[in-house]
Amino acid sequence: MNEMTNKWIGRRTIRPDGAEKVTGRAAFAADTTMPGMIWGKLLRSPHPHAHIRAINTAKAEALTGVKAVVTARDIVDFPVDKSVMLGIQDMRWMCRNVMAREKALFHGHPIAAVAATTAEIAAEACKLIEVDYEVLPWAIEIDDALKPDAPILHDFIRFEGKPSNIAGKLEHKLGDIAEGFAKADVIVERTFTTRPVHQGYIEPQACLVSVTADGKATIWSSSQGHFMVRAMTSMLTGLPQSSIRAIPAEIGGGFGGKTIIYLEPVATMLAKKSGRPVKMVMTREEVMRATGPTSASKSTVKIGATKDGRIVAAQGAFYLQAGALPGSPIRGSAGCAFAPYNIPNVLSQGFDVVCNRSKVTAYRAPGAPIGAYPVECVLDEIAEKLGIDPLDLRLKNIAKEGTKAAHGPVYPRIGFAETVAAARAHPHYQAPLGPHQGRGVASGFWFNAGGESSAQVNITEDGNVVVTTGHPDIGGSRASIANITAELLGIDYRRVSVLIGDTASIGFSNLTGGSRALFASSMVVTQSIEKVIATLRERAAQIWQIDPEAVTWAEGAAHPAGKNAGNFPPLTLAEIAAKASATGGPIGAGVQLNTTGAEGGFATHICDVEVDLELGIVRVVRFTAFQDAGRAIHPSYVEGQMQGGVAQGIGWALNEEYIYNAKGQVDNPSFLDYRMPVCSDLPMIDTVIVEVPNPKHPQGVRGVGEASIVPPLAAISNAVHNALGKRFYALPISPPKVLAALKTTA
Amino acid sequence: MAKLHISATVNGEPTEFLCEPDETMLDVLRGPLGLTGSKEGCGSGDCGACSITLDGRLVCSCLMLAAEAEGADIRTIEGMAEGDTLHPLQRKFLEMAALQCGICTPGMLVAAKALLDRNPDPSESEVRYWLAGNLCRCTGYDKIVRAVLETAAEMREAVR
Ligand code: FES
Ligand code: FES
Repeated sequence: MNEMTNKWIGRRTIRPDGAEKVTGRAAFAADTTMPGMIWGKLLRSPHPHAHIRAINTAKAEALTGVKAVVTARDIVDFPVDKSVMLGIQDMRWMCRNVMAREKALFHGHPIAAVAATTAEIAAEACKLIEVDYEVLPWAIEIDDALKPDAPILHDFIRFEGKPSNIAGKLEHKLGDIAEGFAKADVIVERTFTTRPVHQGYIEPQACLVSVTADGKATIWSSSQGHFMVRAMTSMLTGLPQSSIRAIPAEIGGGFGGKTIIYLEPVATMLAKKSGRPVKMVMTREEVMRATGPTSASKSTVKIGATKDGRIVAAQGAFYLQAGALPGSPIRGSAGCAFAPYNIPNVLSQGFDVVCNRSKVTAYRAPGAPIGAYPVECVLDEIAEKLGIDPLDLRLKNIAKEGTKAAHGPVYPRIGFAETVAAARAHPHYQAPLGPHQGRGVASGFWFNAGGESSAQVNITEDGNVVVTTGHPDIGGSRASIANITAELLGIDYRRVSVLIGDTASIGFSNLTGGSRALFASSMVVTQSIEKVIATLRERAAQIWQIDPEAVTWAEGAAHPAGKNAGNFPPLTLAEIAAKASATGGPIGAGVQLNTTGAEGGFATHICDVEVDLELGIVRVVRFTAFQDAGRAIHPSYVEGQMQGGVAQGIGWALNEEYIYNAKGQVDNPSFLDYRMPVCSDLPMIDTVIVEVPNPKHPQGVRGVGEASIVPPLAAISNAVHNALGKRFYALPISPPKVLAALKTTA
Repeated sequence: MAKLHISATVNGEPTEFLCEPDETMLDVLRGPLGLTGSKEGCGSGDCGACSITLDGRLVCSCLMLAAEAEGADIRTIEGMAEGDTLHPLQRKFLEMAALQCGICTPGMLVAAKALLDRNPDPSESEVRYWLAGNLCRCTGYDKIVRAVLETAAEMREAVR
């Protein structure tokens, strides 16, 4: 790339989609309407676990205003005995999640759907649907689901030969832990629990679908991947992908929660049956009952170290709640837990446990915070026992280039040590603490991701640039793409417009997730621009009638080079564009790739808390996050990702949790009772961007979206211990728990 | 149910609409009035994405009956910029990257403007407590709070 100028990469430019968003004009999923549009509503299971013996929709269909009714019969069935994968999702589970088949598996599980001329009539009609349930005993918590006499959710699932709620197991092994622990001078083993937390996007799921009489569907919805919307809707409705156009609305937050779909196939079938465009919008209560969250967990971690602080063995068993259908992020937990350290002997196991709750969905660095939390807390105890500074303990065992990680890779150049060293040297680390305050540190890792990506770069006739990519922009990726385009072409940022193409206008691009979007799209955009520049040089050569090899591109213009240098005045982008038709036609290029080389991202956090001894409230009073971004293309949005992840981590550590009542129903399905951090709960969140460029990316980019949520759970727990001299092994560290702990110490 | 006929001023324009007695202001704004800048994040007064002002008072439009708008002056995000000139808060939000996904942004801006209208020199705590009713899941609030404080400072500078 163009190393010398860096006029635009690293600049805090105004995002291309900004003006629309501050004026209320940006169209999110629920903002679109169509003439003739009607409304769809879901009937949801009132029971956490029940056989569905029969469904009678006759009365609902007879109600005036009802235009269509859909049940599981209208959704393509994927039989349980044969796995059909789409990305990381198994369609056997997706079809059963979208609409219950044999069984209702959680309170709120969709049973049927109605489309009617008004939302009120649709809701009324749902009540007229008669469902014959055989109510079954249920299991909500991991411990309930693992009991010997636990109700079994799926009789086709076996673990160690027996029917079980353990749907899967994953294991990473390195060296020999028995040998390793034998060499340890100190061993700490602890069991930790975390509660399910919701992604908490402010925009509920919504979609509008129109299906014409010839079976062509158009879907407007907000998701983390409109190609995923197209593929899943296709598989669940039987319409070919070529007949579905998925248009990405602006997305009001996803955090992993919008990497699967709930409404689109149902709305598509309602639209097909009724012949009318159908809109469906979830209420917040539906979002809380039936989408996401991430898993609850129960983990046991054992780490052994020598007197001088060398970790010799580590073992972890991570049990994660999958919800009603298999697929919890055990890979993230078991894989990321020990990834920051160079440990010769590791055994890391993940167990996927089904129970009668909504199916979990990815949540920012899926599984990684659950894995890191116990490990980083146990390391804190080891540091305390050995009298070593906790950051020094990490530095002594730090993973670096050449380290073999238990989850597989041998690391290339990574920037982890730099984040720890930056934290160690930061004034925050030495700042004095007030009464009832404590300080904690923790680190974290996320894999990052590459994958399929497509881009098209077109030069307009007036010499400006339109870039189209295929990954929904959740947090400012369009701004970064514009920065890169301006940099590479050597033109002003304002001459670049960046769009997210729909499934009919750009090639397949994988989900925005796993911290993939900028890594992958900047790679294909860069290659497209290289092709465009080659064309621009050829055109200039043609105009000058010299060899294209004798033309260079710099500062937005073609320059004659070599023996022709100085013979002609430079030709600008606009001048070449004006002559495009005469020199061979429109100028543009597209590249489609399965990108690779997204190397891991690391973060280290320092957190200060203050405990209110009377109310039991833990307040975060200072927070500094250090993260290796590889290269910060747009520093503001890198900081934003870091700050957002930290805030979500703080919520996870201190407040957020699902509460179930005795009937197996979520008891706090609202923002009032499911308490996410509000503005007055948080301090400023300071950020330090570390840049150790990814050698496998043209701009050096590593993903930045996920690693920031990994350390806070442990950093906060460690800080509370530092403040109170008392360790908590269960999240959230909410006021009742703090007060109970204070009572036992008093 | 017979529909009610309501006359109000919306973003400075005399506006008439019909509504059901139980319809919320948010539904009327987003539906018949086509003002979809106000968002529905919860419908229960807990997220602030639907924030508007009613006779200068900051309210959650999801908690207000549309019929209560009779004779009132309603302002929404769509009325914040003057023509193609953004309000200083809107400009500052863009400059300081105080939005990521942007779904909370209209409500944040309406709420922040209501704060600065009554308190041109708020402290960080005052900003944080005033905006405590506006949830943002993306930003951790840092850049939002900074943008509001910075705008306030600039606006004070401008009147001097
Ligand atoms: S939609 Fe009105 S406060 Fe959330
Ligand atoms: S910017 Fe996404 S919720 Fe605030």
